[in-house]
Order: sequence, then structure tokens, then C-alpha cells
Amino acid sequence: MSGVDTGDTAWMLIATALVLLMTPALGLFYAGLVRSKNTLNTFMMSIAAIAVATVTWAAVGYSLAFDGDGALIGGLGSAFLSGVDFAPREGTTIPELVFFAFQATFCIITTALISGAVVERMRFGPFLVFSALWSILVYAVLAHWAFGGGWLISGGTLDFAGGVPVEMASGFSALAAALVVGARKDYGRQALLPHNAVYVLLGAGLLWFGWFGFNGGSGFSTGEGSVLAFTNTLLCPAATLVIWFALDLVRGRKVTAIGAATAIIVGCVLITPAGGYVSPGWAMLLGALGAIPSYGIIVWRTRTRVDETLDVLAAHGTAGLIGILFIGFFAQETWNGVSDGLFYGNAAQLWDQVLAVLAAPAYAFVMTFILLKVIGAVMPLRATDKEEAMGMDINQHGEEAYVTGEGAILLLPDDHDKVAVPVADPG
Amino acid sequence: MKLVIGIVRPEQANQVLEALHRAEVRGFSMSRVQGHGGEMDRVETYRGTTVQMGLSEKMRFEVAVSDDFVDKTVGALCEGGRTGEVGDGKIFVVPLDHAVRIRTGDSDEGAVTPVSK
Repeated sequence: MSGVDTGDTAWMLIATALVLLMTPALGLFYAGLVRSKNTLNTFMMSIAAIAVATVTWAAVGYSLAFDGDGALIGGLGSAFLSGVDFAPREGTTIPELVFFAFQATFCIITTALISGAVVERMRFGPFLVFSALWSILVYAVLAHWAFGGGWLISGGTLDFAGGVPVEMASGFSALAAALVVGARKDYGRQALLPHNAVYVLLGAGLLWFGWFGFNGGSGFSTGEGSVLAFTNTLLCPAATLVIWFALDLVRGRKVTAIGAATAIIVGCVLITPAGGYVSPGWAMLLGALGAIPSYGIIVWRTRTRVDETLDVLAAHGTAGLIGILFIGFFAQETWNGVSDGLFYGNAAQLWDQVLAVLAAPAYAFVMTFILLKVIGAVMPLRATDKEEAMGMDINQHGEEAYVTGEGAILLLPDDHDKVAVPVADPG
Repeated sequence: MKLVIGIVRPEQANQVLEALHRAEVRGFSMSRVQGHGGEMDRVETYRGTTVQMGLSEKMRFEVAVSDDFVDKTVGALCEGGRTGEVGDGKIFVVPLDHAVRIRTGDSDEGAVTPVSK
């Protein structure tokens, strides 16, 4: 097909697979952070996002995000993948089918990210409904604003790999979700601790690995922007890690493992919007400086009544916001070929970035708040206190993560009518 | 001297710890056990294999106390462990012949009475 570059396409096929891996990696990361009785439910929320958001993305999400250049929302010309084939996507050298799949993986992980705010108490059914609607009403709209020809990108806002639709959208939606769903029943009264720090570290490592596809693929080519973003994805999180170690040392005299895993995520988020626009040196400064607000918010948030359980706001919302703003200061045309920031004499770029950090969080927060209120009016969002105490794995999925099998009696097909009989009646 | 054994739901363990603390019962051990006391069986399915889980996870508290503390300990276990549903657990009080504190060699009442240091 004319206009398709085989090298670019080969890289984008791999990058797409890398980004898809990030969602199970996120599931692992989140699963390690919750109590053992909620392991599977937490992991399944990420798997649910792969299921639901892929289908909604193919149906209408992709079209609303990337069909046409309306200011607020795209059209329905590409709904149900109409016309999405081997011809190159406009402005790229890769088949639109690959472009579609790559963008789908972004919608998936963003939807999965929000689950961090509601784990250990939100019922699985309402989460499926929420995922479907959120991926269309919030993600597709913000992706259109920032990537698909909407008012932000056409106004000059720079967002390389998703500071607007992915990071700020998930972070501020998570805050709204935590407020609507409410805190876990034991939050603030009992220590609710991560049950497996190794899962958390492994999940963070796999997320970082996938993030090379996320940022490195967001130039849709093997060109300079992609190469710059790829290498910045190594440099920025490393700087965040170093500063996080220092903050941990100052605060508690010990460097923590779960802190390190969090720092990897924060560093990757920081460089997501800025990856292809700032020099490697500035990327490291971004990683170092950006660690501080996220660290502060995590420390502060746990003292509040807001049970935004896995700190999506601090890790994604805040870091994404810092990354978007950073472009306004330190973007460098000699590196990105697009625009300079304030530091290189172009104050207008900073204003374009400020618009994004005002509009995107507001839209994400308000829409998510309303969406969950509406779903909550139709079906209960939360498990009962008793179910929450028992653990979401057993009551939502009928499985346990760490089942021993001791005392388990095999039920043959004929026995199914005998199930769930109380052995003794309480009377 | 008695040994008070309380078997409670794992999700109530924190409440029991708090209740024991309020009752000024110090010194006990806690272990994870599996058991069955007549509650509703859970049915779980793993890739087409459906099983009835006959045993439930429980927490077993063992508290060796002097006679004066028996009622307080039993009260704390009840208060912390009760949800009102089948499966809240049981408490057993059994006589205790002899107890030794390993560090000092104190025996019996002296061994089960907490020391501040």
C-alpha cells in the first residue's frame, strides 16, 4: 500500500503489543497493593477494561476520537471500524488498522487505571457498566481534544503520549470515583496493607517495559520524536526513583520498595506528555522535580477521609499535569521540530499548556462524578459491609487467589442442585 | 488458671484485638486455622470444576489467664468476634495445669500475669 512505511509499521505493531501488556501489569501492580482477599477482583478490573473498552472503542470510541476535526468531538464516520483498513492513517505512515489498535490499548489502560480508586468495595457489575460508558463519554472525548483534531491540539497544546486523555483524565476521574463510591468500611480505622510487595514491584517493572511502547510509539514512526520519547522514558523515571529514595530517606530513614514501585509509575507518567518534546537533560530534571508533588500528595492523602485507595490522583493526575505544564517551559524546537517553551522564548506555548490543565481535569472530574451518580441510581455501586468483610474475590467471582483446596469437595454435575445449603440452620 | 481458646472470623480479628486491648488482656497468640462450624458452604468454580468449600479460614486466639481474667477475656472475644451470622466461631475455656515464662523461669500465675518490662 502506498504511503505505508514497513519499518514504522513493524515498530508500531510491537509498540501496540507492549502497551497492551501494561494493563495486566497494572492489574498485578494493583493486586499486590490490596489485601489478599481482594486480589482477583482487583486484577479482574484491569482485565475487564481490556474486554469492555476494546469493544466500545471499536464500536464508537475510536470514531468519536479520531474521525474528523470538530472542536469538541469527532464524528461517527469510522464507527464499527468503517473504512479502517490497510491505507495509511492521515498524517502517518502506518496502516489505519495499526493506528486503531495502538490507540485502543491507550483507551484500555486508562479505563483500567481508574479502578485503583474503587478497589476492595465496588461491585464488578457496575464497574463493567462504568467502564463501557467512561471509555466513550470521557476517554474518547479527551482523546479527541488532545490527539484527534479537537480544540486543544488545533489550538497548539502539545501532548505527546497522553498527559490529557490518559494521565489527567484517569487521575481526576479516580478522585471523583472515590468520592462517589465512598471509603472502604475499615478505612481510617484499621491498617489496610498491601499483601504482596513483590507483585507491586514486578507490576511496576512490566509497566515501565510497556511504557517504552506507549511513549516510543506515540510518534507513530521510528522517527526522531519516537526515539527521543523512547530514551526519555528511560531517563525520567530513573531520576524520579533517585529523588524518591532521597525523600524516603529524609522522611523515614529507609528506602521503601513500594515507594520505589510508585516512583517508577510517577516517572513514566511525568514523561508521557513531554517525551517527544524536551531534551534528555530536561527529561531528567522533569523526573526529579516531578517526584516531589506526587510524593507530597500521597503522604497527605492518607491523612484525609478520601479513600482514593491506590493514589491514582497522585501518581497519574498530578504527574500528568506537571508533565503537561513542563512542556510549556522547556519544550525545545531544536529537539522536537515543533515548538519552543517559555524558557526558549515562546510564552504562548505555556498558555496552551495551561488551558489543557484547566479543562481536562475539570471535564474528567465532572463527567465521572455524574456518570457514577447515574449508575448508582440504577444499581448499587458498592458491596454490602458483610461482603466487603468477606472479600470481593469470593463474593464477586466465587474464586480465591490463594486457595489451598483443603476441605474442598468436588461437585459432580448431578450435585449442582445441592449447592449452598446451610449445614446447620441458625434458627 | 485457664486457657481461653477463641476461634473467630479472620475479618473480625482486628476487632478482637481491639477488644482484648480494651479489656487489658495482654499476651496471647494468634494463628490461622481452617475449620467448619455449621456455616453456609461456599461454592467456587475453577475453569469448570465446581467445588464446595467445606472449610473456612478462621483465626484462633489462645489466651492463658489467671482466673480473675477469664470473664473479661471471654467477653472481649465475644464482643470483637460477633457479627450475628452463622460462622462467628466458638470459645473454649479449659483448665491449665502449669505455665512457665521462659525468660525468667516464673511459673503459673506469675507466668501468665503480664509484666511491664
